[in-house]
Amino acid sequence: MINPVSRNIFRMFILILFQVLVLNNIQVSGYINPYMYVLFILLLPFETPRWLLLISGFAIGISIDLFANTLGMHTSATVFMAFLRPYVLKVLVPHDEYESGTYPRLYYFGFTWFLKYSLVLVFLHHTFLFYVEVFRITFFFHTMLRVMLSTLFSVFLIILSQFFIYRKQK
Amino acid sequence: MRNLLRIIILYHFQIIFVILEVISISLLLNQNNFQKARFLNITHNITGRIYKKINNTTAYLSLKKTNNRLAEENAKLKNILDRTYRSDEIFFFGEFDSLHHQHYFYTSAKVINQTVNKQHNFLTLNKGSNVGIRPEMGVVSPDGVIGIVVSVSKQFSTVISLLNLDFRVSAKLEKNNYFGSLHWDGKDYRKVKLDEIPYHIDVNEGDTVITSGYSSIFPEGIIIGTVSNSEVKGGNFYDIEIDLSVDFKSLVYVEVIGSLQRKEQIELEESGND
Repeated sequence: MINPVSRNIFRMFILILFQVLVLNNIQVSGYINPYMYVLFILLLPFETPRWLLLISGFAIGISIDLFANTLGMHTSATVFMAFLRPYVLKVLVPHDEYESGTYPRLYYFGFTWFLKYSLVLVFLHHTFLFYVEVFRITFFFHTMLRVMLSTLFSVFLIILSQFFIYRKQK
Repeated sequence: MRNLLRIIILYHFQIIFVILEVISISLLLNQNNFQKARFLNITHNITGRIYKKINNTTAYLSLKKTNNRLAEENAKLKNILDRTYRSDEIFFFGEFDSLHHQHYFYTSAKVINQTVNKQHNFLTLNKGSNVGIRPEMGVVSPDGVIGIVVSVSKQFSTVISLLNLDFRVSAKLEKNNYFGSLHWDGKDYRKVKLDEIPYHIDVNEGDTVITSGYSSIFPEGIIIGTVSNSEVKGGNFYDIEIDLSVDFKSLVYVEVIGSLQRKEQIELEESGND
């Protein structure tokens, strides 16, 4: 087994490339811009120190920003999301605690848990991101609609990827 | 001191979060001119509102004189406008003829980067100040209006696209010359909105919308698109939706327009406002 640090770094590169080269070029009817790279934060192990969580969020956010030429936009949103992750995990804890040796995956905790987990965090991330992008309050409902549709689409992609990639890791 | 250290260790998560957020927000404010401008706007809003109130009342006193002066000057500019011509030379090219006053210069450029799927879209062109492109020049394609140059380097220039929430241009209906303000609502890259057309005007589907030439960035009569939908929505104005004649997703070559008399017009208009 490859060690977890290099595995996560490898996953980060793959997600950045996929986001920049494929997803950034997708636009469905002007509302839906999927941001799937947040999957990286979702999949970090439970034992990740919390400061490392923030640094990872900063790192992947700024990489996406550098490609998309929007310095600071994705960075702030992803750091925000990384900050909220421990609290969301605390609220969503299935039994008393997360057993050691498990990862925040669909495979370990089931579909419903993973759906809730990704939906909450992706929604928070997208809300922060889209409002920072628009930077005004006049388009409130229009932006909200974009947030919701994009969230649904991103979560759909994230869950789809879980079925495709992680099923064989038994 | 020890207590301080303990607090820092205890709350390191929150402290790092705040530090990283401050870093990224300051990156955002320094890097993206748009956000920077919005930030400054908030402070300018308060002082600006007061100035505007005062200005609004004093402007009435000289309104008639200003109107006459502008109408005269507009008539003069319109006469000159007929004599514009285009050249495909690489450099801006002027003809010095004592009989004809040239108003607009053209040069062609290639689009090397652009987006259509954001709320604030920009284009990058492969020519810059080395061929005489300057900020506030208009950019058109053979199919219609594209945007306005916002900044130039030696080799490149960035253009604020028509598909940008901050973009406004004066446009009119070709058949009856009623003009309004054109903007994008951030939804569909093939549609824009035209405001300020009064409701008593007859607007039909398929009417052509062209530039008005009032801003002196674009010559009069460059096509923008056709009316696809119009309805009176509250108030006294139409809510008009326009199908763009340009397909922003397939742009390759565009033309940059420089106005020779823009400076004069701006100076005049500003002196009229005082």
